[in-house]
Amino acid sequence: MTRSGMTKRGATGHGIGRFASIVIVVAVLAAVPLVVHSNVTLNFLVATLLAALAGQGWNILGGYGGQYSFGHAAFFGTGAYVTAILQVRYGVNAWAGFAAGIAGGAVVGAVIGGLSFRSGLRGSYFALVTLAFAEVLRIVASVTPITGAGVGTLVKLDLHARAFQFESRAVFYWVILAMVAVSLVITHLVERSRFGVWLVAVRENEDAARALGVDVIMVKLGAMVLSAAITAAAGCFYVQYFLFIDSGIAYGTWISIEALLTPIIGGVGTVFGPLFGALVVKSLGEGAKLLAGDAPGLDLVVYGIVLVLVIGMAPRGLVGGLTAARRWCGRRWRPASIPAEEAEHG
Amino acid sequence: MADPLLSVERVSHRFGGLLAVNAASLSAQPSCITALIGPNGAGKTTLFSIISGFLKPDEGRIRFAGEDVTGEPPHRLARRGIARTFQIVQPFVGLSVRENILVGAHLHHRARDAALNVAEQVGREVGLGAMLDRPADSLTVAGRKRLELARALATEPRLLLLDEVLAGLNPSEIRDIVPVIRALCDRGVTIVMIEHVMQAVMSLARQVFVLAEGRMIAAGTPGEVTADPLVVEAYLGHGAAKKLGAAHEH
Repeated sequence: MTRSGMTKRGATGHGIGRFASIVIVVAVLAAVPLVVHSNVTLNFLVATLLAALAGQGWNILGGYGGQYSFGHAAFFGTGAYVTAILQVRYGVNAWAGFAAGIAGGAVVGAVIGGLSFRSGLRGSYFALVTLAFAEVLRIVASVTPITGAGVGTLVKLDLHARAFQFESRAVFYWVILAMVAVSLVITHLVERSRFGVWLVAVRENEDAARALGVDVIMVKLGAMVLSAAITAAAGCFYVQYFLFIDSGIAYGTWISIEALLTPIIGGVGTVFGPLFGALVVKSLGEGAKLLAGDAPGLDLVVYGIVLVLVIGMAPRGLVGGLTAARRWCGRRWRPASIPAEEAEHG
Repeated sequence: MADPLLSVERVSHRFGGLLAVNAASLSAQPSCITALIGPNGAGKTTLFSIISGFLKPDEGRIRFAGEDVTGEPPHRLARRGIARTFQIVQPFVGLSVRENILVGAHLHHRARDAALNVAEQVGREVGLGAMLDRPADSLTVAGRKRLELARALATEPRLLLLDEVLAGLNPSEIRDIVPVIRALCDRGVTIVMIEHVMQAVMSLARQVFVLAEGRMIAAGTPGEVTADPLVVEAYLGHGAAKKLGAAHEH
């Protein structure tokens, strides 16, 4: 299977199979709080799904579009701040604030994308410019009064569904899981749409795409807006869950790194890559902390090691690596009469 | 003669101090094959890039189907029906052959199923039917040239610009692909081809334009241009026509 996932399988109706796998994965994850009641574990899982959601956003632009952003914090932070500020300073309902936060992230995506794609920035130049935008936003947010400047913004505790706050961690977990599920479905739909096909073409070869009638700038911009909106949604959720945001959290490099690390580890340009990557990376990080005591920054060391190993050994991420391995096994052990394509899917 | 589908009127393009194309004019009649030949570095590919919108001309006009399309970007020209192939093939290497063609097919077909149908049909038409699910980077040079052709065709063009689709192929591969090109023309696609393989130019083209050092130095039927002393000199150097003529008389 190629990296884009838009293979023959899609052509022959296996798309329903992919949809079913989304349902199964989400159903299994949804059952976890029924078995596990430990708040520590649920906290860990919420943090994992948060990273997965931020990564799902990054994956649309970076994985499918090949535009590697180092500054997805710009969208995460905007989503978080818009949600928090509207509630705290303007008394807007939390759900409306949440929606406005997503829209705000999309607008920031459109602005950054419009400026950088129109100037023809690609590759490492694009990565650096996105990083610069996120840093500028971080510095601005750390001094302007409306964001609470250095003190940050605290959202008032109000444990009611209408305030988008829940007493039980399990409910929060289901909410973030539902958001991840929506992002999986969106990714799946993008993959099978004309927009997705064009986006992958832009990733593979811009000039060839232009010659075939693809409006490269509009396609990139569309991917940027969608990508920003999904990552902003993660920021909105962060605020409702932790009820606090400051510039270092909102626009810090930590979230830019999580957003790109999860899909790169899991598999860039695949539907499940970011979710899978988040589960692996977060488990390893927590595992290392448990083993070595709570040494600060140890999880980052583990992230670094995993990243080096994955890029070195499975450049298409764990999903890509597994697909290749499965195909290899299929070829070895299946009778020659069954084509590897089918063996792989069966 | 009918109105030309494409007419290039005194187009010039400069790269810094180098005048790559100098007031060149060219026209292509509908439903027939026009060849653009010339020595290496004559500006043929530059002229193609201008016609397909990848470069903006410094001077001159380009008319397509009666409308002035000078300076329009490539994706809009593609929508109007101008498709090009690249001299250096540009496959989407991470994708399969089918997915490569699908990109072009989506131009006029939003729905996935319709686009997949077109992709499959075009793939068969250029002889890639058996290779649709292979990765594009597993194709041979001849296969990649066919893929380049297929992708362009999938956009359902009225005008197809072929930049050396026969270069790098062996004689039997050329024999295989020439009928494919002729069939396209019979189907009503207007073709302009840059080609060095003269045998193919002679058998396919009705009209030949000769570009040398950015200027259009000759135009006519294949027989006329190959007999033109200016053309012979452009290829073989100053005085070559005279020497050849002298050799013939002896």
